[in-house]
Amino acid sequence: MEPLTRIEGIAAPLMRPDIDTDIIIPSREITSPERTGFGEKLFAPWRYLDATRRENPDFVLNRTPFRHARILIAGDNFGCGSSREMAVWALHQFGIRCIVAPSFGAIFRTNCIRNALLPVELPEADVQALAAAAEAAPLHLVVDLERCEITGLAHRRLRFEMDAGERDCLIAGLDAIDLTWRHRAAIEAFQARDRQARPWIWEPR
Amino acid sequence: MTMTPHGRTVIDRIWDAHVVTELGGERTLLHIDRILLHERTGPALLAGLAAAGREPAHPELVFGMMDHTVDTRPTRSEDPRAPSGSVFIDSFRQRTAAAGIRVFDLGDPRQGIVHVVSPEQGIVLPGSTVVCPDSHTCTLGGIGALAWGIGSTEGEHAVATQTLVRPWPRRMQVRFDGRLSAGVSAKDLVLALIARFGVNGGQGCAIEFAGEAVRALPVEARLTLCNMAVEFGAWTGLVAPDDTTIEWIAGRPFAPGGALWDRAVAHWRSLVSDPDADWCETLSLDAGALAPQVTWGTNPGQTVAIDQPVPDPAAAPDGQRRAAMERALAYMDLRPGAPLAGTPIEAAFIGSCTNSRLPDLREAAAVLRGRRVAEGVRAIVVPGSTAVRAAAEAEGLDRVFTEAGFEWRKSGCSLCFFSGADDFGGARRVISTTNRNFEGRQGPGVRTHLASPATVAASAVAGRIADVRHTPRS
Ligand code: SF4
Repeated sequence: MEPLTRIEGIAAPLMRPDIDTDIIIPSREITSPERTGFGEKLFAPWRYLDATRRENPDFVLNRTPFRHARILIAGDNFGCGSSREMAVWALHQFGIRCIVAPSFGAIFRTNCIRNALLPVELPEADVQALAAAAEAAPLHLVVDLERCEITGLAHRRLRFEMDAGERDCLIAGLDAIDLTWRHRAAIEAFQARDRQARPWIWEPR
Repeated sequence: MTMTPHGRTVIDRIWDAHVVTELGGERTLLHIDRILLHERTGPALLAGLAAAGREPAHPELVFGMMDHTVDTRPTRSEDPRAPSGSVFIDSFRQRTAAAGIRVFDLGDPRQGIVHVVSPEQGIVLPGSTVVCPDSHTCTLGGIGALAWGIGSTEGEHAVATQTLVRPWPRRMQVRFDGRLSAGVSAKDLVLALIARFGVNGGQGCAIEFAGEAVRALPVEARLTLCNMAVEFGAWTGLVAPDDTTIEWIAGRPFAPGGALWDRAVAHWRSLVSDPDADWCETLSLDAGALAPQVTWGTNPGQTVAIDQPVPDPAAAPDGQRRAAMERALAYMDLRPGAPLAGTPIEAAFIGSCTNSRLPDLREAAAVLRGRRVAEGVRAIVVPGSTAVRAAAEAEGLDRVFTEAGFEWRKSGCSLCFFSGADDFGGARRVISTTNRNFEGRQGPGVRTHLASPATVAASAVAGRIADVRHTPRS
């Protein structure tokens, strides 16, 4: 995974609450079992007017400067719904590296961490302030994962919280499976105990 | 000051039995007992694993199902009802075979929707940890499992290591006191909960559903209840196993037998919450006061009781929510203040991992027996598994449905979501037993009203959204 320490770029406001993964990438757009090719499918129902992919000029990511956005400012419960990781791949492949929202769908949030896309939770008032600034004039933000802070909003420095383990993984770009195998002895010891304690789990016929 | 000792929750008890090691901070490495895969998200997962040169740690603990893209029309063909769907089916067959993972393929009597099949076959057991790259994996909490949906990359991690890293979950207890009245079901219970506390009311918690009304539910209804925990914004939900659960599991194909059965039951009986358990959050709802529920909007929280009017955005707590309500009303083509009951529908759908088990079909059939679906309504019923379909046919339910004018389909996810081809044939307004009424979920422009099987059946007959309490059963 690519290491993630600092994200810099234009922030796009998309302040609807409860934006679900069916909107981020509808099922009918998932036509390949590969991990690539999802960027142009991001938000397809909102981004395009018809099947020929005529752009909807009103949709934020079709407007300048937002079509080059690196950061998305979103409403509450962003990424709720289906577990499809294609939602994260679509955002990432479009160019988004950080999403700021009051809260996230739980599976979506984990999928972000696993794909070097930073989910930042901030209080609703701060998210509103960022969105208002991004609407008013091009807003260039710097998200610093080491310091856990966002700068770029006039006279404000926004602090956010992040689990230390998740943060370390993102910063180092570590592979989670390799990290887990460092505990191979503990896994084997657990399994040896568990085969005694719950043998029925280990013999599903 | 002395620490007050607190009792433990059923969630603590299951969690503790799966701790491989603590990783520091809030994170724990947990053992995973069962991994379930389906052909929609399974291929990318197995491809990623193979590309990294990794193999399944325990292929015998992994089960694959064909459900999302399979043809469910009565004339089932090998061709999927999704553009490029065969790529998913073929790739899933090849990759599971290469990885030594068994699959309940088309033509297998065990085929069906993963969340219906896995408890039905005894694959998922009380007190087990279960993951699947599918958000409705929380359904399996209905049997007392700690089960949750993951993405493909976490799926690779689970298959490669038989473990996952999880933060310690906040624990919430949701109590449903009282008894459900006639015509009101588990689906109404959970829709009412989401309506009351919001689509994020579950706050990423692990929820225990408890209380008199939950204890009285059969296992199938508990699966329905837990199915929608994710629509409540929970990490997962479960019902602690009890006699009802244990009786239900006994004798299922993959369930333990003989001496192992007794040991398993002894363990399952210990999986309860102490009366003084330390919950981070508790919520409660009076189940006895509930009427049938129907969604009016584009998320499962936009729900009202069947005898209530469509709400007015003017009453929303803030501008953002008012705008969201207005958008939902525009998409759904409904007027605030108008009664929701009586709204004409063009299609009715009974199926999905929420409501496609035998008791769901019986409830709908009880309403449909001796009646006909209204003129112009496209009505479809899709049993959740091939085994449910066979059991329903054995008691003649297929004839009740077909005589009423329903299409009796083969098992799969079917029109729970629109995958690009199979659709309601131009119908715009659908009453459906599924779990998501998102914009476009069942087809471009399709307006979905979520409801119970009985409400869907009553509405199909009336040709409009109907109160099943006014439709006598025969
Ligand atoms: S029935 Fe619907 S919600 Fe359930 S697993 Fe299939 S697509 Fe998902």
